Amino acid sequence: MISSLIIPLVVLFVIIYAIIKKVPVYDTFIEGAKESFDLILKLFPCLLAMIFAVNILTKSNIVTNLFNFISFIPNEIIPLIIMRPISGTSSLAILSTIYETLGPDGFIGTLASYIQGTTDTTFYILTLYFGSVGIKKIKYALWAGLLADLVSITISILFVSFFS
Amino acid sequence: MVNKIWGFFIIIGIIYCLFNNNVDVINNEILNSCKTALDMTFKIFPVMALWLGISKIAEVSGLLKKLSLKLSFLLKYIFPEIPKGHQALSYISSNIIANMFGLGNAATPFGLKAMQSLQELNNKKDTASRSMITFLVLNTSGVTIIPTTIISLRMMYGSISPTSIVFPCIIITFTSTIIGLIIDRILARLS
Repeated sequence: MISSLIIPLVVLFVIIYAIIKKVPVYDTFIEGAKESFDLILKLFPCLLAMIFAVNILTKSNIVTNLFNFISFIPNEIIPLIIMRPISGTSSLAILSTIYETLGPDGFIGTLASYIQGTTDTTFYILTLYFGSVGIKKIKYALWAGLLADLVSITISILFVSFFS
Repeated sequence: MVNKIWGFFIIIGIIYCLFNNNVDVINNEILNSCKTALDMTFKIFPVMALWLGISKIAEVSGLLKKLSLKLSFLLKYIFPEIPKGHQALSYISSNIIANMFGLGNAATPFGLKAMQSLQELNNKKDTASRSMITFLVLNTSGVTIIPTTIISLRMMYGSISPTSIVFPCIIITFTSTIIGLIIDRILARLS
């Protein structure tokens, strides 16, 4: 219920605020939407590469067979948990494989949506951000980042188990 | 790192299938992945364009700036080492606001700027400062309010209610960010 209200309310608020501030809303919208061409051109090769690799790995069943012993985390989620901190596009590729095989609304599908939505690419951000200013000693940064991801994943699992 | 993992995935997958006599599956998958990738790109594209349009309006009207200003008052408590009114605070809040709106690509430049001005405050230039690590934690616990890409993917695969994940994601993100910050404080004490 609340979920379906959030996006319309945000859109409504953004447009009313812009009209009060006398922004040409239509022109601005077009200008912003144009930027998507750039983004999508950059996205396609990465997505193709990652879907290719991830599909080969997941369809070979090796992950499911290897990780059978971790019982509290559903097997289908494990590739997502492994890849999420490393690369955003590959975790999207895994997410789409999960949706395709198990549907987006089931237990696993919902859980995967939560995990993808509430975590981020820790390794990528760490490398990019710290690398850009020449930090070599990252101290406990990696542990802090990964623990934050782990907390998000744990809460996601608890949330799906209790509320669906 | 990504290069190694990518290669590793393909090699392991194919070899495992060869040993298990599953070559047909792999043949299918190799060709199928092209179609899936194109489908995905086309399905994400319109939703992304729509959302970029809306967020452009929010940016031009000054709404994003106003929100980041509000947020930077809160950030004083999370980043006690940053002096009042320092640039770093406004970059950090712009980064968080962009992430909240699901604009990962817009968030990165702000994030890099934030790191630069945190580096100015840093005493040991080759070592991560406490504020930097706290900033990383804020980023990795993923403060997203509208996960655009996930919603469009859910639409593509025929979800009954693609946006139903929005509210739970906000609750999870909020809780995990707070716990993440507490863990960050504890680790800072220990080190």
